[in-house]
Amino acid sequence: MTIVNFTPWTGLIGGLLIGASASLLLWLNGRIAGISGIVAGASVEPGEDKAWRWLFLAGLLGGAALAFWLVPGSRAFDTDLPWPVFPVAGLLVGFGTRLGSGCTSGHGVCGLGRLSPRSLASVVTFMAAGVLTVFVIRHGLGVV
Amino acid sequence: MKKHLAALIAGLLFGLGLAISQMTNPAKVLNFLDIAGTWDPTLAFVMGGAVLVTLISFRFILKQDRPLFEGRFHLPTRSDIDARLIAGAVLFGIGWGLAGYCPGPGVAALAMGLWEPALFVVGLLVGMWAFRRLPA
Repeated sequence: MTIVNFTPWTGLIGGLLIGASASLLLWLNGRIAGISGIVAGASVEPGEDKAWRWLFLAGLLGGAALAFWLVPGSRAFDTDLPWPVFPVAGLLVGFGTRLGSGCTSGHGVCGLGRLSPRSLASVVTFMAAGVLTVFVIRHGLGVV
Repeated sequence: MKKHLAALIAGLLFGLGLAISQMTNPAKVLNFLDIAGTWDPTLAFVMGGAVLVTLISFRFILKQDRPLFEGRFHLPTRSDIDARLIAGAVLFGIGWGLAGYCPGPGVAALAMGLWEPALFVVGLLVGMWAFRRLPA
């Protein structure tokens, strides 16, 4: 193992901001900041309460745009994957997060914060699946 | 009105956090998952920082009778670990390990104006739509 491009400080600052966001949404609106749930609720799922979800997503894009503009190095995008990998990965992530009721934010940031055993099981499982997938692609098949 | 402004500001903070920590760069996420190769521990600091905040703040917030701008807390009620939870996490983890995007960074990266995040989000929406079409 070699450690590469490690950026602990911007990582920690970003993490604290994400934690602050989740705290604010729960404190003010009583909502869990789970991005997969918010995206599904804003789009494919029926329901009345769509406005706050769209505004949250608009803020998500706006906040990212602001950082890309102001913070040097934040707009990095590195990949050597062929483009069809992205929609296929999106398909798995979209279906999987609905079946499993959440993703890195809902189960990770919020669920672990609530000490939910369901969320801990989910986080351990998707981390393991992610590590295994990268291992097979990078070392098992020797593609990259 | 107030709750809409709150959602916008919460989204803004979330997007700032994801971009500052470079979780919008697929290589940083894939290198975090590549513990046998070129490991980048940054994601652990992002997740650690975020959970540190929620572990403390949620204790105080959930002691309140209700949130400030709404009548009640909207919290998940289930606590059982079932096959759907695990199967969903496996599929999600495979997709995450393929491209290096989970839903938050994928959506936030749309602000870069590149094809790859846009295609990821299209796939994400189709996957969510397909799940809804399944019989319960």
